[in-house]
Amino acid sequence: MFIEIKDASRSYHQNDGQETSALDSVNLKIAEGEFICLLGPSGCGKSTLLNIVAGFDRPSQGSIHVKGQEVTQPSVERIAIFQNYGLLPWRSVLRNVTLGLEATGMNAKASRLLAEEYIELVGLTEYKKHHPGQLSGGMQQRVALARALAVDPKILLMDEPLGALDAMTRMSMQDEIERIWQKKMKTIIFVTHDIEEAVFLADRIVIMTPSPGKVKMVMEVPLARKRDRTSPEFLKIRDQIFKAFEFKGEDAWDYIL
Amino acid sequence: MKNVKQFIRAVISLSILIGVWWAIAASGRFEPSLLPSPWKVWQGMFEMIKDGTLWTHVWISLGRFFAGYLAAAVSGIVLGLIFGWYKKVWAFVDPIVQVLRPVSPIAWFPFIILWFGIGNAPAVVIIFTAAFYPILLSTVAGVNRVDALYLKVAANFGIRQPQLLYKIILPAAFPMIMNGLHMAIGSAWVFLVAGEMVGAQSGLGYLIIDSRNALRSDLVLAGIIFIGISGYFIDRLVRLIERIIEKQWGILSEGGRT
Repeated sequence: MFIEIKDASRSYHQNDGQETSALDSVNLKIAEGEFICLLGPSGCGKSTLLNIVAGFDRPSQGSIHVKGQEVTQPSVERIAIFQNYGLLPWRSVLRNVTLGLEATGMNAKASRLLAEEYIELVGLTEYKKHHPGQLSGGMQQRVALARALAVDPKILLMDEPLGALDAMTRMSMQDEIERIWQKKMKTIIFVTHDIEEAVFLADRIVIMTPSPGKVKMVMEVPLARKRDRTSPEFLKIRDQIFKAFEFKGEDAWDYIL
Repeated sequence: MKNVKQFIRAVISLSILIGVWWAIAASGRFEPSLLPSPWKVWQGMFEMIKDGTLWTHVWISLGRFFAGYLAAAVSGIVLGLIFGWYKKVWAFVDPIVQVLRPVSPIAWFPFIILWFGIGNAPAVVIIFTAAFYPILLSTVAGVNRVDALYLKVAANFGIRQPQLLYKIILPAAFPMIMNGLHMAIGSAWVFLVAGEMVGAQSGLGYLIIDSRNALRSDLVLAGIIFIGISGYFIDRLVRLIERIIEKQWGILSEGGRT
């Protein structure tokens, strides 16, 4: 199996000496090229799980393996994309995209050409000399996407990447991410609390519930691409997910989308 | 338009100041040697400009100033980056800095003379001491405040030390560092004059002491005015450089879309 999460738990020591469990024995197997959405309300451990797969954090118990290798630290094989983009404001779009290539020792000209290729892929060629502060949120996230893709990672880990965008921009970015995923054949783990977003993007949706963060169920989305957000099949799956969450009771659900 | 208005306001307020000064001097209550009239001072300034002594002193002062300031900027930033990153080292250095920082550079003067002799060195060392602490402390604070997200991104892309320091940490801390550089300009210029008053045989500070010894109160006041004007232009220059760098580094958020 490409990614194998075995009994992964993560608990934190609090100031008063108590332990809180953010993630409780999660098991998950992900195939290469799969698009997985981790869906759940805040506090369900979806970001914790993503951080552990990225190697920013270690599980208290259990393990993560990618292609049989245990994950112990961050790697260019697994690039994370954040809600706040993580772009360097003092660098132009082009130099933000070359950032990841600089550590690989690629020469300046080759890395610039490669960066330009990816900037074109996300449709920002005419903005390559701009600084991030001059771009809209959606455009900044495209830059982050180009930067991630430029180092050719096997896995993209997206932590609510569209969370800061307005509804219309969100949908066009969902289209964009799907297009790029299909073109570049990446494995994507995508954290979201937006049910429609998950149904639109995912091959499989991992439904998580909070306190402690657990996987409640994994749901296949057997719809053909490109999905129609208003089709009856789409709405049916959406309704199933609504039901799955209602199962848990209202107290755990701090907002309904 | 805004600049013109600002300029007019500056002219008006300075004219009022000179007018009041003139009126007090003309009232005859004070001896001319205690309060020279604006005209007398202007003559003194003109005299110094004409015979070239002013430029000699100004250039000497500026030379010392930039030597001391640049040395403080380079060492303050380099040490600040290192101490800011290695927090355990800073925990040991911080108490020493906290004790040394409040000491006026002038208090070191007896030792500075003994260790560095006379001439340019004492004034340069005083400037260095005055500029060093604000730059060091703001650099350390800037490094401590670097957004954790940048460090995460750097770790993800495999950027390690020493690249991490100059590619991520230095630019991220830069706005704070610039702040320290700006504060240091002010205190360094103040102490330059003080330093030249006790140890030097040239420079604007010396000019004042020398004029006092010659009982030329008009030249004392002329010297004070020159110090003020030079300080003003240095501050403007730094602001200009700040602007250029901010623009280059994309720190300016003006005109940004959301």
